[in-house]
Amino acid sequence: MIAILGEADMLRRLIVSALVAAVVGLAAWYLTIPAVVPASALGSHTPDLVNGRTMFLIGGCSSCHAVPKQPDRARLGGGLVLGSPFGTFYVPNISSHPKDGIGGWTEAQFVTAMTKGTSPGGAHLFPAFPYTSYRNMTFDDLRDLFAYLKTLPAVAGTVRDHDLRFPFNVRRAVGLWKWLYLDGAPFKPDPSQTAQWNRGAYLVNGPGHCAECHSPRDFLGGIVPGKRFTGGPSPDGQGSVPNITQAKLKDWSVDDIASMLGDGMTPDADRVGGSMVEVVRSTSQLSVADRIAMAVYIKSLPAIEGLRQKAMQQ
Amino acid sequence: MAFATSAVIAQPDPIAARKALMKDNDEGARIVVAMMRGRAPFEGAKIESVFAQWAETAEKLPGLFPPGSETGGRTHASPKIWQNKADFDAKAADFGKVVAENRDKSMASLDGLKAAVSAVGKACDNCHEDYRLSR
Repeated sequence: MIAILGEADMLRRLIVSALVAAVVGLAAWYLTIPAVVPASALGSHTPDLVNGRTMFLIGGCSSCHAVPKQPDRARLGGGLVLGSPFGTFYVPNISSHPKDGIGGWTEAQFVTAMTKGTSPGGAHLFPAFPYTSYRNMTFDDLRDLFAYLKTLPAVAGTVRDHDLRFPFNVRRAVGLWKWLYLDGAPFKPDPSQTAQWNRGAYLVNGPGHCAECHSPRDFLGGIVPGKRFTGGPSPDGQGSVPNITQAKLKDWSVDDIASMLGDGMTPDADRVGGSMVEVVRSTSQLSVADRIAMAVYIKSLPAIEGLRQKAMQQ
Repeated sequence: MAFATSAVIAQPDPIAARKALMKDNDEGARIVVAMMRGRAPFEGAKIESVFAQWAETAEKLPGLFPPGSETGGRTHASPKIWQNKADFDAKAADFGKVVAENRDKSMASLDGLKAAVSAVGKACDNCHEDYRLSR
């Protein structure tokens, strides 16, 4: 009698466990479905290649996607090797090549990649690619950028797959990461601020993706809440990236910041170094107005002290 | 017998020596930038001595990174210097070349100075991009 009751109980427990597992699994599956922007969401639009070039420069596409160790920053054949705490990323070819690059992509696929972090094949893209910031860009700006990218040279050759440690190599799991770290809310201008400040806020938080380097990250690689722009260990594992809130830029004027974006010189006549050199190669080609707008926004960042973090292990 | 360059003579404290060179570089940059921004009068003699100091840096720098000086002394030198010493030395030589090429122009006029300093700045960046760590 007791033995029969025990078996029924165990069976019930097994069934309940299986049901719970199924529900959790379904929930996880549902939460991690890669989002897509359908073509029907894109109205008619005439591409503006001048704006596309501006977006290309402020977006810093060359910094990661240009073929390394050669001077033509418009050759976006990829190949740069990026170390990280999760493994090694090999930056892909995004040239206009129809097969090896993105020349064969549709507009909707490009907008999807940039705002949802989903590949044309329907897989999650790793957030080493900063769609976490690019998702703040308008569809118009993205479509202009796409049109501009397609005017750049086609570079043949694909780049090898990333080499990431388990479980960071499970693309589906990035869906959970997105659920944890992205609030899905697009950039909204602040009506209490000037048009210039809003332009700067858009450029810095959208295509400029400045916070992606200038913020500390937690053990899953998400930006530490409340510490945006306060700097941290350099993503490439060497040295650190400065705090650009007023905690550290108090003595810089708007003019100083805009000037630095133009020629890489600090108010002390020092030079910005490391990865910022490549950034300035692009920002030096922007309009003076856009550099000033970004400087106005950066100057307005309230003072926040950074965290004390050790350099990221690789 | 003549000592070829000062790089042949071992430095007792190479980290302090190279930090001093870089600090002097910055002092010189401040002097010429003040002139460029109209905050100091244009003085050819001062510009000349700044460019002379930069030329000295280009010459002395490669010899100040001996094995064993990778860490300590609050150095901002990247480990990549020792992994790519030939490239580092080439970039130091390139800096020297740019400084020499722009020296005369820098003293000729304010516009010449601006163009010269811009060119030199890019040569600074060339090295700093890969070999200088910020803290």
